[in-house]
Amino acid sequence: MSGYVLPQKTYYLVFAALLLLTLVTVEVAFFDMGLLNFPMALAISTCKATIVILYFMHLRYSSRLTWLVAGAGVFWLFILIALTMSDYLTRASLSVLGG
Amino acid sequence: MPIGRRRPTLAEHHAALAHQFDDLDQQREASSLGMWVFLVTEIMFFGGLFTGYTVYRHAYPEAFADASRRLAVALGAVNTAVLICSSLTMALAVRSAQVGKRRGVIAFLSLTMLLGSAFLVVKGVEYAHKFHDHLVPGATFAFEGPHRPHAELFFSFYFAMTGLHALHMVIGIGILAALVVLSSRGRFSPDDYAAVENTGLYWHFVDIVWIFLFPLLYLISRT
Amino acid sequence: MMATSLSERREHYLNISYGVKSWLLTTDHKRIALLYLISITLFFFLGGAFAVLIRLELLTPTGDLLQSETYNKLFTMHGVTMVFFFLIPSIPAVLGNFLVPMMIGARDLAFPRLNLASWYIYTIGGLFTLVAAVAGGVDTGWTFYTPYSTSYANTHVILTAVGIFITGFSSILTGLNFIVTIHTMRAPGLTWFRLPLFIWAQYAASLIMVLGTPVVAIAIVLVALERLLRIGIFDPALGGDPVLFQHLFWFYSHPAVYIMILPAMGVINELITCFSRKRIFGYPFIAFSGLAIALLGFLVWGHHMFLSSQSVYASMVFSILSFLVAIPSAVKVFNWTATLYKGSISYETPMLYAFGFIGLFTVGGLTGLFLATLAVDVHVHDTYFIVAHFHYIMVGGVIMAYLGGIHFWWPKMSGRMYPEGWGRLAALVIFIGFNLTFFPQFLLGYLGMPRRYHIYPPEFQVLNVMSSAGASILGVGYLIPMVYLLWSLRYGAVADPNPWEAKGLEWETPSPPPTANFEKTPVVTEEAYAYWPKEADVG
Repeated sequence: MSGYVLPQKTYYLVFAALLLLTLVTVEVAFFDMGLLNFPMALAISTCKATIVILYFMHLRYSSRLTWLVAGAGVFWLFILIALTMSDYLTRASLSVLGG
Repeated sequence: MPIGRRRPTLAEHHAALAHQFDDLDQQREASSLGMWVFLVTEIMFFGGLFTGYTVYRHAYPEAFADASRRLAVALGAVNTAVLICSSLTMALAVRSAQVGKRRGVIAFLSLTMLLGSAFLVVKGVEYAHKFHDHLVPGATFAFEGPHRPHAELFFSFYFAMTGLHALHMVIGIGILAALVVLSSRGRFSPDDYAAVENTGLYWHFVDIVWIFLFPLLYLISRT
Repeated sequence: MMATSLSERREHYLNISYGVKSWLLTTDHKRIALLYLISITLFFFLGGAFAVLIRLELLTPTGDLLQSETYNKLFTMHGVTMVFFFLIPSIPAVLGNFLVPMMIGARDLAFPRLNLASWYIYTIGGLFTLVAAVAGGVDTGWTFYTPYSTSYANTHVILTAVGIFITGFSSILTGLNFIVTIHTMRAPGLTWFRLPLFIWAQYAASLIMVLGTPVVAIAIVLVALERLLRIGIFDPALGGDPVLFQHLFWFYSHPAVYIMILPAMGVINELITCFSRKRIFGYPFIAFSGLAIALLGFLVWGHHMFLSSQSVYASMVFSILSFLVAIPSAVKVFNWTATLYKGSISYETPMLYAFGFIGLFTVGGLTGLFLATLAVDVHVHDTYFIVAHFHYIMVGGVIMAYLGGIHFWWPKMSGRMYPEGWGRLAALVIFIGFNLTFFPQFLLGYLGMPRRYHIYPPEFQVLNVMSSAGASILGVGYLIPMVYLLWSLRYGAVADPNPWEAKGLEWETPSPPPTANFEKTPVVTEEAYAYWPKEADVG
């Protein structure tokens, strides 16, 4: 908890950015960029999530410990997905879910 | 002089101070840290579903793309906007609590509840459509095209992930209602609004989950 | 020795209020610890009862005592009960709850009501599982592998799964409480590096509880959903992969073994230092090795899946990471040994358990390295070698540390001393019984006897009889402390505040402590384990 009172303008700016980015997400989805579509969608979502965490959730104004906790959560999710996929991405192509 | 937090000589007799804490600062710090740690558990809880989704999307890209096209992008996009609005109103509710504006707290919390409920209504409509179109996994599932079994897998994830998300919304709305009641009784002040801030953290987290769910479920292949 | 009447008149956490409501609605971490003590002891003996039946059946090579379906249910229920309802909560929920606030100079945990809720959640989850057991049990193995658990088993999978799911939240909330408490409520002067290593260990275990448990929770939910609604996330007929369940399951269940062992190692730090009258050797190494175990422990889960059709390349990565995770554990064992060196060692009951721990944990840990070796595991996976390996760690390690801790802090918790002679006897009986039970199982596994089978080739009978004989001795060994600890509550010698002359804030309170633990918040100015003056320090 920061106790830091953000000006209302900040919240409205973030809100506008989020709506804009949502629009972009949808537009980009209908635009064929081949293999780039998926990373683009994830990147935009990550941007949106980042500004929600930093400003709406006050992480930008919170202690280093809070940063560490938030970072740990994201990192552990990454471990779960990455190591699980390390199995599926390297299986022989003959198997059911082969890479 | 010993290092560490300041040593209290008298217990601070603040109505809001719980007996195990030395002062309000410590209580605030603990309360906030507790909420963030809880949100980490929620990241991992949803994370299991995101992992399964990743595995199967990687294995069956065409099936997932095909199935995803059966979802209504317009409704999904509207719901995304609705949730973003609700995050704004939630943030403004917390801000009102920070500056002691009780009416603002109640107004913005109520708006958040309204928007959250609107989200659930739209979701309900979507689920009804899916049921009608025989796209609910299980005995009634029917899907034309070459990817039938794997499409059922997609819809399993669709319902599991949006269902778990919706459950979190319902719980959130319940907590908001409780906060509205407490706030109207003058429970919160600029010195003591942890419950509102922590609920805000929870609400924003649920919003973030949807921010990822929307493109992953609705926008796999729209070209 | 204080007069009995004096301590009875003094107010403390046990006598400050009476009646069932004062216990069931308590928010005092010490009373909650005792509530947990009672619950987990009940589950321990339930799990033990299942084990007795298993070892009885295995006295003979043929299936003459039990049907195979019954046997399957017994080993499943033994595993479920022992893992989720005894081992995981044991040290954190009993010793951790009691000691964490006291060791850091606090009045209670950060969230006392959440702590009580944790106990209720644990109890409700336990009741679900008990009901499932009474209604006929589950036969999937405690690991609930799909597709058997989702598509073929016709036993009470969902009921048991729900019980485990609910209890998981108890673990999560306890971990959350400890993390917040340790970060925010340390007494003035109590920096991180002055903390007892028990606290570091609890902290590391709490990190695992919070990060891992939610994943097994969702895995269990998916199994239940698939069983209930036939939505096939693990169903091969729909293109699902049963191995995905194993990934989600073991992502938690491997770190879960570190949830069990880290607090045990935490206890050992306290015992070794006190009973060798010496400060710990290599404090920062022990502290950080706990964190290293917590992190590395999350990177090795695939070593349970070497034979599951997991990619061999992923298996190789998991294998080497599993070797790495052994290193911090070894660091601890070396540091304990160095602490003992030139210490003034005495052999009270807690110390006997500590010695037992070090030896048996080392054997269990080393055999873990055999299993991390991909080529060896191919042969011994799903044999009694595995069973022996994890029982050396869980029983030879965790339970010994737990009993050592119970005995060490018994005077503090109850205000009474246990009878030392009986304590030492029980420790010895347990040590002998344990080794007779489980060492033959290494041999059995290596010779090829599979686990989870109730019949076996006749040439394995001798070793099985030895194991079952050992189990009966072990069972007696566990019953002895039950008797004398209960006896001591009424007839034991009244305990001093610090009967062991140990270092630590918990020993600066009366035995038993008052509800608020400390009259005044203590101020800490010395390091942990300040047993020797600096000149005499060897470490």
